[in-house]
Amino acid sequence: MQRLTVPLLLLATLAGLVLAAKLGWIDLYVQTTLMFLCINIIMATSLNLINGYMGEFSCGHAGFMAVGAYVSSLLSVALFTSSATFGEPLLPPSLALLGLPLCLLAGGVAAALAGLLVAFPSFRTRGDYLAIITLAANYIIISLVENLDVIGGARGFMGMKKVLNNMEEVAGLPWMVIWTFVGTVFCVWILQRYIRSSMGKGVMAVCQDEIAAEIMSVNTNQVKLTAFLLSSGLAGVAGGLFAHVVGYVNPQAFNILKSTEAMVMVYLGGMGSLTGSILSAGLMTVLLEVLRPLQIIKWVAIPLLLIILMQFRPEGIMGNRELGDLFPKLKKYYRFK
Amino acid sequence: MLLSVENLVVKYGNIEALHGLSFHVEKGEIVTLIGANGAGKTTTLHSVMRLPPPEAPRVVSGDIRYQGESILKTQPHVLVDQLHMALVPEGRHIFGNLTVEENLQLATYARKNDSRIKHDFERVYSLFPRMAERRLQRSEQLSGGEQQMLAIGRALMTDCEFIMLDEPSMGLAPLLMYDVFRTLKRLNAEGLTILLIEQNANIALQFAHRGYVLDTGEIVAKGTSAELAADPEVKKAYLGG
Repeated sequence: MQRLTVPLLLLATLAGLVLAAKLGWIDLYVQTTLMFLCINIIMATSLNLINGYMGEFSCGHAGFMAVGAYVSSLLSVALFTSSATFGEPLLPPSLALLGLPLCLLAGGVAAALAGLLVAFPSFRTRGDYLAIITLAANYIIISLVENLDVIGGARGFMGMKKVLNNMEEVAGLPWMVIWTFVGTVFCVWILQRYIRSSMGKGVMAVCQDEIAAEIMSVNTNQVKLTAFLLSSGLAGVAGGLFAHVVGYVNPQAFNILKSTEAMVMVYLGGMGSLTGSILSAGLMTVLLEVLRPLQIIKWVAIPLLLIILMQFRPEGIMGNRELGDLFPKLKKYYRFK
Repeated sequence: MLLSVENLVVKYGNIEALHGLSFHVEKGEIVTLIGANGAGKTTTLHSVMRLPPPEAPRVVSGDIRYQGESILKTQPHVLVDQLHMALVPEGRHIFGNLTVEENLQLATYARKNDSRIKHDFERVYSLFPRMAERRLQRSEQLSGGEQQMLAIGRALMTDCEFIMLDEPSMGLAPLLMYDVFRTLKRLNAEGLTILLIEQNANIALQFAHRGYVLDTGEIVAKGTSAELAADPEVKKAYLGG
């Protein structure tokens, strides 16, 4: 039973969401907000691996999101729709249903490869210097996309809505809600597995004392490489989801502001706590929507809230604890591995 | 010869720190490198262990051989994992946030499915009963002496055959210091080879079989501990008359 609680709960949530969307209990606005929430969860948890667990300071996370967004969008548009850029679809459009997750994964792989831009320098630098490198990576990726006119350049790239329409024609379900939810669960699960593995212990050792880690037989370069690949790859998956939810991408959507948003969520939730990142991603997304009537004042109110929170709880909402540490009794009822 | 260092020249940037250092360690020995501050003792250890930058000094010429093979290009984690070397660094470098037990566990990082890990835990806990008492305490709460024991215990958990210690006596009360050295002697009797870097020449020569005296990057005297302790020059410079 303990083993089944989490999968059953997740399945029930997914079924509830699909049913609610299908029957019109939640409108498109709520659906979109929920999907953004999920995407933010992926962004925050994956960045937490670097900034929280490994103790580095990456401030270019949105760059990898951009790579994932563009690669998966280009793939899905080229494969499943007829477009001005790519002409006739390369595969039957009805296959989009199964093809989309693969496109998202491909976006993730491409983003992971882009993560090498940061992973290799991390072997020899750390701290502030590595932070500058991550920032540079963010800028490099954005200006690369802006100057590639084939894929729209600064104007952006669209056509993903057609892919979604193709999917809905095959079966009339809110497919993006489903894939975003599944993608988020998948990403958090992988992160959890990685952090609990022996490699994850290595990550924590690198965080505390790199020299001590190395003389304790931890291959620090390998640890850094896998952590950066995983983190940027998952950001790529988040980017792919984002592109398909919105139906349109442009390079400036992934600038330093987006990276900062992810960083805020990590520090708000607590460094080294996946539960914290999930909570803070939820909190930030909902707060941004709830405070929408305040209009421009929103951008004063939210940072102010952050300042107050950091003043009184600098370790973030959860510190480095997980749900199970906070409520040990709950551990009897669930297992998430 | 277990470890041999031959004509080692090492630079930090443009500054030459070691000018052609040669020494060796035989299996089963306790060898000590003694010398004042800035003599190049720690640099020697860091060169042997190839610590990651920026601490890693640059070896310009010379060779470092372990069991006959050059280890100049070998990464530290490989030295620890495959060649069974261990380092207890200056300042101990324990993982302060982790408990004593977690520190020891981390040292078994590369030892997958090794059935002797359990036995090694018991060995460390019997060598240092204090560690067993403080098993679940965060290691930053330990006293200096206990941290030193933990650092040594952690090195033992990597399944080492050769251990290098950088100033284990630093910051320890004399009684504790003797405790640590007696433990090292006992480990040596069980077959562990030890290279000891010490500023405290008195105690180092009491426990080591052989020694080298380092001064500004060069070896100025060598011999058995008894010879060195009797050498009038060494006596004057390092043993307080």
